[in-house]
Amino acid sequence: MGMRAADEARAEAISAKIILIFKGKTMKRTKILLAGTVAALAFANVAHAQRGTDGDLKILFWQAVSTLNPYLSGGTKEIYSASLTIEPLARYDETGKLTPWLVTEIPTVDNGGVAKDMKSITWKLKPGVKWSDGSAFTAEDVVFTWQYCTAPDGGCAQKAQFEGITNVEAVDPLTVKVSFAEPKYYPYGAFVGAQQPIIQKAQFKDCVGAKAPGCTSANFGPIGTGPFVVKEFKPNDVITFTANANYRDAAKPAFASVTLKGGGDAASAARAVLETGEYDYAWNMQVEPEVLATMLKAGKGTLVTAFGTQVERINLNWTNPDPKLGDKRSTVEGGKHPALSDPAVRKALSIAIDRDIIDEAGYGEAGKPTCNIVPAPDAYVSTANDWCLKQDIEGANKLLDQAGWKKGADGIRAKDGVKLSFLYQTSTNSVRQGTQALVKDWWQQIGVASELRNVSASVFFGGDPASPDTFQKFYADVEMYTNNFDGTDPEKYLAEWLCNKIPSPANGWQGQNIPRYCNPEYDKIIAELSKTADLGKRAELAKKANDMLTAEGAHIPLIHRGQISSHSVKLSGVKMNAWDSELWNAADWSRKK
Amino acid sequence: MFTYTIRRLMFAVPTLLVISFVIFALLDLAPNDPLGDLPLTIPPEVREQIRASMGLDQPFLIRYLLWLKQFFINEPLNIFEQMTGITVGDGERMRVLSWATRSPVVDLIVQRMPQTLWVVGMAYLFGVLIAIPVGVISAYRQYSIFDQIGTFVTMVGYSVPTFFTGVVLIVIFSSYLQWFPSIYDTNLVVNDWSSFVQQVKQMVLPVTVLALYNASQIARFVRASMLDNLSQDYVRTARAKGVKEKAVLLVHVLRNSLIPVVTVIALGVPTIFSGAIITEQIFRVNGLGQLLITAVQGADIPLVQTLTFIFAVLIVLFNLIADVLYGILDPRIRYD
Repeated sequence: MGMRAADEARAEAISAKIILIFKGKTMKRTKILLAGTVAALAFANVAHAQRGTDGDLKILFWQAVSTLNPYLSGGTKEIYSASLTIEPLARYDETGKLTPWLVTEIPTVDNGGVAKDMKSITWKLKPGVKWSDGSAFTAEDVVFTWQYCTAPDGGCAQKAQFEGITNVEAVDPLTVKVSFAEPKYYPYGAFVGAQQPIIQKAQFKDCVGAKAPGCTSANFGPIGTGPFVVKEFKPNDVITFTANANYRDAAKPAFASVTLKGGGDAASAARAVLETGEYDYAWNMQVEPEVLATMLKAGKGTLVTAFGTQVERINLNWTNPDPKLGDKRSTVEGGKHPALSDPAVRKALSIAIDRDIIDEAGYGEAGKPTCNIVPAPDAYVSTANDWCLKQDIEGANKLLDQAGWKKGADGIRAKDGVKLSFLYQTSTNSVRQGTQALVKDWWQQIGVASELRNVSASVFFGGDPASPDTFQKFYADVEMYTNNFDGTDPEKYLAEWLCNKIPSPANGWQGQNIPRYCNPEYDKIIAELSKTADLGKRAELAKKANDMLTAEGAHIPLIHRGQISSHSVKLSGVKMNAWDSELWNAADWSRKK
Repeated sequence: MFTYTIRRLMFAVPTLLVISFVIFALLDLAPNDPLGDLPLTIPPEVREQIRASMGLDQPFLIRYLLWLKQFFINEPLNIFEQMTGITVGDGERMRVLSWATRSPVVDLIVQRMPQTLWVVGMAYLFGVLIAIPVGVISAYRQYSIFDQIGTFVTMVGYSVPTFFTGVVLIVIFSSYLQWFPSIYDTNLVVNDWSSFVQQVKQMVLPVTVLALYNASQIARFVRASMLDNLSQDYVRTARAKGVKEKAVLLVHVLRNSLIPVVTVIALGVPTIFSGAIITEQIFRVNGLGQLLITAVQGADIPLVQTLTFIFAVLIVLFNLIADVLYGILDPRIRYD
């Protein structure tokens, strides 16, 4: 035992050193030399780190997994669980950096992988990669994945990621060329990240289009290139995986099998890892911080957090939600909001809020106060609006006084017969209701009344055009929820605030510009962003757009939300990742002895 | 009796059709959306295509008729094919597909049925076995210490919800004492002594929670019914004739008291199938109740529709069985 631990420590030290050397690599010769060292090290590793020596890895997802085909579901739980089996060409690592996964390198203009006109990208597949059934992984499979998701009537949930792609072709068995209709300045959309893993052509070839849902056995047990193979899938209950005998790294995975159990609630999932130690890993601990703190005292597990791009925000309605307007309610035609169209009101509402208290009460380790709508990655984070981080009730009162909103006998401010009284809606969720209560109190202190309302999440986010309660219809003055963007590039996300994305009856309430914000200046910045290739310039433009949104008060950003999961103290190798699947590096996980 | 049964069965058909329509209409009117749980990063036009692939772009009536056809014609034909190996037609027909899993609803139900029958059925059985003696003794020794304690425990068991008792038991026996697991291992295969012990261990907590609830309910009925009978004239007559007290109690009084109790027990059987939704959810038993609740949460309409309808069929059926049993147990009751 002692020997082994020492051995492991040494191996870790050596690999740390090698990584250091790798980072500082300059000459080809060093590379070759290193390759030798790595091979030797890998050989040494075999001596104590072998495939399937660590028994069963028990994972708990309190929302049970419905299918293992992420193209048919689109839900986070399905994407994460499928990531143990099927893999994309490239992934984001825990820092948000693009990492080659099934390819030899990330194509760039410099290495010739991306065409100079930005109209195509060529991926070079790693040679020797095998599907778990032993057959070779080829460019044909990548081409097929594109055909599968873009087939009509298939209802593929990831179709948007393939937008603008005119062709995907297999140049040779190890080369895939993706061509775009227009120059794509951020070409790493398709086949990157856990949302778009490669599926096997041989398995899914008869499941294209309308036939896709009928292929139950394929959807429940996709053949993959990943570290684990599906052994048994019980929908909405439990999945059993075994180690993939054909996995490309002979020493991995350390676990012989994975049991991924679903169902229950977040609190009992936390208990099963932190208190009773029945499980090794539990996903998504949406539990009040003080409850988690008590459970942590048992000493059986730890919490891990990672911050992606989720921001909890209060959207302000720039249009008038007055029920008297009938069909024109909350539309541009219905006119501007009588009170929220005043910039002073929008700013006062924002600075009256103490984001630190909201964070402490509802989010704990899983949140930090923010004034940005693009909170990450670091290159895109702006500090221009940090004035909002400090609560300033006095300042807010002064602002409203100056703007002519006078307090009435009931303590509510009014101007020209318009009262500062708002309907504040959100989805049903104890943390959100707690936040609502806090915000109501602060707004009360600046003479703003608010009526609180919560709607069941499946209705609020459901998008049924017949329902008056969806967040898209926004039949309220202000509403609170979280949104984010996939991957690390915010271009598509920032385009949600364009004038032509405003939801209205004409487009079936389908736009994503929920606040109904419209500013031609903003549209110009986004147009420029979509034509810029240089990453530094892109970051600059994105920051400018982000600053504009908060400064003009399209919304009030509250909390930059992290993902929080828990794992047993005996589990090592977990690198919590908010940019990709949380289980992205499960091949490297092992049990401490 | 026979014609009565036949008549009732005939009536059940239109009743069930109306029920199926009402369930379908209610689910359709509910503002739940199957895409509500998807990340907001999936854009609206893609959502529209997903909806179309689920058949949601069809009008209400067409979807209802389609479901009727799938449920009453396609599924039985499919079961027939599986049992006999004979292929009817080309064997290609649309089955009722769940939206969340995209797999046939009937397969899901078949997969979930055994666990529910084991856990909830066992709890029901234990509940009945405990309830009858407790009810009898409580009634016979009315206002005794046993009756007082029994009444207290059954009242508590009946009025405290299972989501509370379940969590209390987990906190005591799983977190603190660590005797029993808090999570039901649905992959466990019983093939030797140790796996049998493990199976028993993981069933203890959910069965206890449900048995307590069932026993409380039935024990109250047994007690009330026994008390009614104990003061009857025939009891006094039997005693006057010199019949032994044991025979009076167990032969005369108990048999008569059980008539209403049997009805209650029969009417409770469908609830076994619908599973104890909350208890299954708490202990993560993959039964029908848990299937229903995940389907409701995810707005998986075909699954909810089919499950609810099957429960409706069971309730109608067991109502009939209870009525027939009543006639058999009590010769004074005749339906013809």
